Amino acid sequence: MSPREAPVLERRDLRPTSVARAEVEDLLYTEAYLLDEWRMEDWLELWTEDAEYVIPTNDNPHADPENDLMYINHDYRLLKGLVVRLMSVHAHREYPWSKTRHIVSNVRVLGEDDDGVVHGDAAFMVWRFRLQDRDCYVGRYDFRVRRVGSDLKLAGKWITLDAWTLAPYGAVSIIL
Amino acid sequence: MDIADLIVERAEEGYFAYHRSALTSEEIHRAELEHIFNRSWLFVAHESEVPERGDYVRRSVGTRPLFVVRSRRTGEVRVFANSCTHRGATICRSDRGNAKTFQCFYHAWTFDSDGSLIGVPDEETYGPHFDKSKFGLVPVPRMESYRGMIFVSYDPDVEDLVDYLAGAREYIDAMMDAAEVAATFSANGHGSGNGNGSGADADGWSGPLQVLRGTHRYGIKANWKLLVENSFDGYHLGPTHATYFQFLKDQNVDVSPSTGTMKLLGNGHAVIEYSGSWGRPIARWAEQFGDASRQQLEALREKIIDELGETGFRMAELNRNLFIYPNLFVMDNNATALRVIEPTSTAYMDVAQYELAPRVEDPTVRKVRLESYVTFAGPGGLATPDDVEALESCQQGASSGVEWSLLSRGYFSEEPPMSGELQMRVFWRRWQEQLLAGALVAS
Repeated sequence: MSPREAPVLERRDLRPTSVARAEVEDLLYTEAYLLDEWRMEDWLELWTEDAEYVIPTNDNPHADPENDLMYINHDYRLLKGLVVRLMSVHAHREYPWSKTRHIVSNVRVLGEDDDGVVHGDAAFMVWRFRLQDRDCYVGRYDFRVRRVGSDLKLAGKWITLDAWTLAPYGAVSIIL
Repeated sequence: MDIADLIVERAEEGYFAYHRSALTSEEIHRAELEHIFNRSWLFVAHESEVPERGDYVRRSVGTRPLFVVRSRRTGEVRVFANSCTHRGATICRSDRGNAKTFQCFYHAWTFDSDGSLIGVPDEETYGPHFDKSKFGLVPVPRMESYRGMIFVSYDPDVEDLVDYLAGAREYIDAMMDAAEVAATFSANGHGSGNGNGSGADADGWSGPLQVLRGTHRYGIKANWKLLVENSFDGYHLGPTHATYFQFLKDQNVDVSPSTGTMKLLGNGHAVIEYSGSWGRPIARWAEQFGDASRQQLEALREKIIDELGETGFRMAELNRNLFIYPNLFVMDNNATALRVIEPTSTAYMDVAQYELAPRVEDPTVRKVRLESYVTFAGPGGLATPDDVEALESCQQGASSGVEWSLLSRGYFSEEPPMSGELQMRVFWRRWQEQLLAGALVAS
């Protein structure tokens, strides 16, 4: 998922797709549900093997992940590592688990590219409650989904945070 | 409680403890700003962040809003209080950029990049005695740069930066020298990519290291001194960062515990230097980096050792957390980074982390550098969030009624180990001396 590509709203090289918005919404809502239920292994199943999960820093939303410092720039192997961590009782920032609510809205399906990958974007709000923390992450998903067999799967998520700085929050210790 | 009573040390039994009101008292926090942060050299920015004339970055340093700008006239770096000399509004209102002039949006007073006041609407209404040259932007009392690292001090009488850095200098030098070898090596085309490597953003900056774009800026609901302790604490690695070591293990990395030493460097500065099972982008390949970067890193390692001898071996092989009193860490471990701790209030700190890389770097090495850094460190890493949790937890514990925190570890060690607490004892002693000296002057 290249940096220039992700934030662009209307990509001219995309063609109309037969994948309906409702089906994409089902996938995003299922993702939100599994994350809020802490069913991390099931969540990982939603992804393709060439997954890209990217969160640039608040001050550099149009980042170049090959050269810039990111919060997260994970492929499938690293996502798996993150899931192993979050399911561990030694993930101290998240054990006991925080209570989260992923809210996804304004979903747009923009079309598909030459490889049949469907591109779109959505707005999100992710609330996280734990001890004294009441964190709310707000921003945009630029997502890519692809059909694998009969299932629609997540191939990429580029997560742009709207806040100008992560502070006063101390971390992005959950999956957005 | 008197400052003198905040630390209890009994040498014969190897006991050292500080009173936890040091983490919660408003009065102590005010005294710290006045007697420590207003009297020390404080890191503000790296010169590579303002490579071109007119480039600026905005910062908060010791709770004061500042901005750093490279003069359009002279090319020198200037640091100004970020406040209009008219009625006080902040005049630099973006985190970074390039400007010809700085205009206050409130009444449109305009300053150039040397801070001179060059425009006042309806200037004649101030009368015949108004002298624009007296209302330029206010520079910080002292500003000095050492090998690209820009420091400021609010104390006009502070000793020179090089003297202040004391023994920390040779560590900064060695790190910069190793980075220079790496940059030259990549620039000469010794890489899997093209000869220019990833140095495209370094135009106008010719030092060995540059700050990469993207800042890890986050907040911790804890007193700033807890992060000082944590950032050169070799003892917490195993228990706090178990999930990180599990991750390395799952990548077939040997995770034998780190061993190493601690060295005091004068003026409160100290360094821990230690082995690590993870790889180093300058220059120690490890399994989790994957095969693509292996040849390049092994060649680079050989080059560094060849050119810098024993120092080169240490730079390539060992990790360092270098503390520059009172609030800067130069982290040279999974990657190279600067961590700046801002003492915002008693129970809250702002943290900024900047990643450094050689000004020219082979793309395969840049890739493992970035991955190595963010898998461990930063707000989205596998480790840093657990440090944040630990410090917030300590801050809550500070109000529990249990009054003392213990820093006795390694008290009787002849060779201070990296997992000891002598560096923290020295930090707390320096902290106390400065508060005591300040209180004395005040009375």
